[in-house]
Amino acid sequence: MSKEKTNLGRRNALRLIATTAAAVPVIGCSEKVAQKVVVKEEVPAAKPAVRNLSAPKQTLARGTPTDPDLLNPVVSWEMQLDASELAVLVALCDVIIPADEISPGASSVGAQHYINEYVSAPYTNNKADLVTIRGGIVWLEGESRRRFDTSFTELNEPQKAAICDDISWTRTAKPQFQAGARFFAKVRVLTTTAFYTTEEGMADIGYVGNRPMASFPGAPPEVLKRLGLDS
Amino acid sequence: MPKDDFEKKEYDILIVGSGAGGGMAAYVLATAGLKVLMLEAGRSYDPIKETPMFNLPKDAPLRGGSTPEKPFGFYDATVDGGWQVPGEPYTQASNERGQRFDWWRARMLGGRTNHWGRISLRMGEYDFKPHSRDGLGFDWPISYQELAPYYDKTEMLIGVYGTNEGLENTPDSSDGVLLPPPKPRAYELLAKKSCDKLGIPVIPSHLAILSERLDHENIPQKLFPNNKLGQSVTRESMKSRAACFWATPCGRGCSIKANFQSTTVLLPPAMATGNLDIITDAMVREVTIDKKGQANGVLYVDKNTRQERFASARAVVVAASAAETSRILLNSKSTLFPDGLANGSGVVGKYLMDTVGAGIGGQIPALENMPAHNEDGASAMHMYMPWWLYKEQLRGDLDFARGYHIEFGGGRSMPGAGAFGGMGNFTKGAYGKDLKEACRRYYGSFVWFDGRGEMIPNEDSYCEIDKGQVDQWGIPVLKFHWKWSEHELNQAAHMHKTFAGIIDGMGGKVTSTVQTDGAKAIINGGAIIHEVGTARMGNNPKNSVLNPHCQSWEVSNLFLTDGAPFVSNADKNPTLTIMALAWRTCDYIVDQFKKRNI
Repeated sequence: MSKEKTNLGRRNALRLIATTAAAVPVIGCSEKVAQKVVVKEEVPAAKPAVRNLSAPKQTLARGTPTDPDLLNPVVSWEMQLDASELAVLVALCDVIIPADEISPGASSVGAQHYINEYVSAPYTNNKADLVTIRGGIVWLEGESRRRFDTSFTELNEPQKAAICDDISWTRTAKPQFQAGARFFAKVRVLTTTAFYTTEEGMADIGYVGNRPMASFPGAPPEVLKRLGLDS
Repeated sequence: MPKDDFEKKEYDILIVGSGAGGGMAAYVLATAGLKVLMLEAGRSYDPIKETPMFNLPKDAPLRGGSTPEKPFGFYDATVDGGWQVPGEPYTQASNERGQRFDWWRARMLGGRTNHWGRISLRMGEYDFKPHSRDGLGFDWPISYQELAPYYDKTEMLIGVYGTNEGLENTPDSSDGVLLPPPKPRAYELLAKKSCDKLGIPVIPSHLAILSERLDHENIPQKLFPNNKLGQSVTRESMKSRAACFWATPCGRGCSIKANFQSTTVLLPPAMATGNLDIITDAMVREVTIDKKGQANGVLYVDKNTRQERFASARAVVVAASAAETSRILLNSKSTLFPDGLANGSGVVGKYLMDTVGAGIGGQIPALENMPAHNEDGASAMHMYMPWWLYKEQLRGDLDFARGYHIEFGGGRSMPGAGAFGGMGNFTKGAYGKDLKEACRRYYGSFVWFDGRGEMIPNEDSYCEIDKGQVDQWGIPVLKFHWKWSEHELNQAAHMHKTFAGIIDGMGGKVTSTVQTDGAKAIINGGAIIHEVGTARMGNNPKNSVLNPHCQSWEVSNLFLTDGAPFVSNADKNPTLTIMALAWRTCDYIVDQFKKRNI
């Protein structure tokens, strides 16, 4: 692997995934792409896992954490999760947000990579979440092997649901599943952020803004009618 | 300009700070023909080139979410700022909840005006004379009527949308001053319907955002009669500003200059006069004086060389932000002013105020499953609720003395970091297809209400120099003392109760905890970032720092034009008043120059 390719940076690679995934909406395919990216990140020369280092400097920004170049964002920390951990997250993210007729699944827009970025960040909360996520992955894999004698990534949908139903909410989870439920809750929070901040996620819920318009039309008549505000 | 040239030039005025107060001072003084040197502690900043207008959360680290280095998110137009500034600490007298003051700073040209909320409310007649009305706090030495012409001028210059509603203590602007407000969003109208039943007025908000282009042919003549220079730079500036295109968050700044920032609206035209020079990365340590006790310049640290330098002028305007301004004065010690410059009263640093903040959220079933439509709008509120219980309060029906206004939001805004993060609990653990369907169903149905209330100045809320610590520029730092009174705590509890009522009236359910204990409802001091006071104006040199012209009682060529002169802190967001007051002060400065008193 050439040095140039590893310097592509994981965020650019993410973009690659996003575009590839959009063109080929088959989850298995994008998983392979994702795993290739992970392999790149494991090359020692590639750290820290930054992106856009060679981007032209367009602003007065100093490029420090409190004065980052907002037009050329850089993720300046190393990714902590390894390929096998990411593989489990891919499976779990797609249980939480599966593909359906309206939008793709979470992993095909790179949710697992956002989770990696998040738990790898050098802040107190994120560091704590890294422990939660890593520990959770170990637990999930163990639980999967106890129940079904194989990795969570190999389970069929009903098998995955059997485990996830037990950890889907901390308030109803049995004592032995509390830690798993906290892990699941954290992954769900991170997965929704990851998914709904993409174009695919925004389109799914009907966010239609961030486009310039000559005048603001206010609430549409149909909406006002539904709310009884049209009189 | 080359670093050394300014040391050879002679300046009439030196301004410390480039935000709302400093920027407005530069505008008024430079257009009046005075030679102005401005020092800014942060770096230069150009919103035209640097604003990430349409950039998506997914392109930013952590989806643009909050970090200790960028507390309002990656794209927020704050440089080297936040609750902590690297290498520039401050200390707390107490770390107990309710006794801390969190100090937000921005080290950049234009300061906090680059990211501010753009909410531009006038203080009313009551707000200038609160002590006369209820016996608490202090009266301003000026009245609303004295500042009203400057509110008009400031609104015309920066561009503010809103309406005149003729409500109590909620002043109307003069005819033709305000720009038309944008149409309301669905949830705003639904909240209004609920508030109508509760007797709470819901009216168009006043925001410093151009809902249409400014009238560049007529406004400059009104603002600067008999001042060709002022008219021409203002005309060119207004011509360069586009109207809002109803997209992208104002907090990132605005590259089309549709909203107000000092760096797009005040500093470029002030520079265009040829009368303003700006030095950035210049951290002012103290104001210096001559033998007669007149200000003759400032000592500052050039952050790039880490060397102390001197800049001189015939008069000094300090607008470094309220607490930073007092820090500079308190650090300006001399034989003539052993307790800090202009501090014969001992009031510098005292009566620090913020705005009372408390809020809750709710979910409104009527707003579920709405057809997709664009609610971006002006990125902030199109409507708000001014305080409405003046009469009840005066009668003593309430257990707090001063009012609050309500800011609210919700709707179909762009999903960012944390999007649908509460959906797990809200749906009692949904995942998979159920979770996706829930997100579709509930998107746009969540609302939040935040109270912004008046804090009465008190003896226990102040800042002083912490003798035990200096910052990385060798400048002694501030220590903050903070205490709420029962008025603020009871007001915060009233906010929660009121908002729960509004949400209930919308047919919704509250999604956060409604606190009956105000101490649990209220947000930290400083957290609303309406830091004002610490060098108040007054009628008596014994208990005030400034005279009614924001001129130091003791040092006649020293003026303050930021939030420091504030005597009280009405519920109205302070930036508009800072600018109107700065304009008035600078008219006086120009007059003093003409009369050769300076």
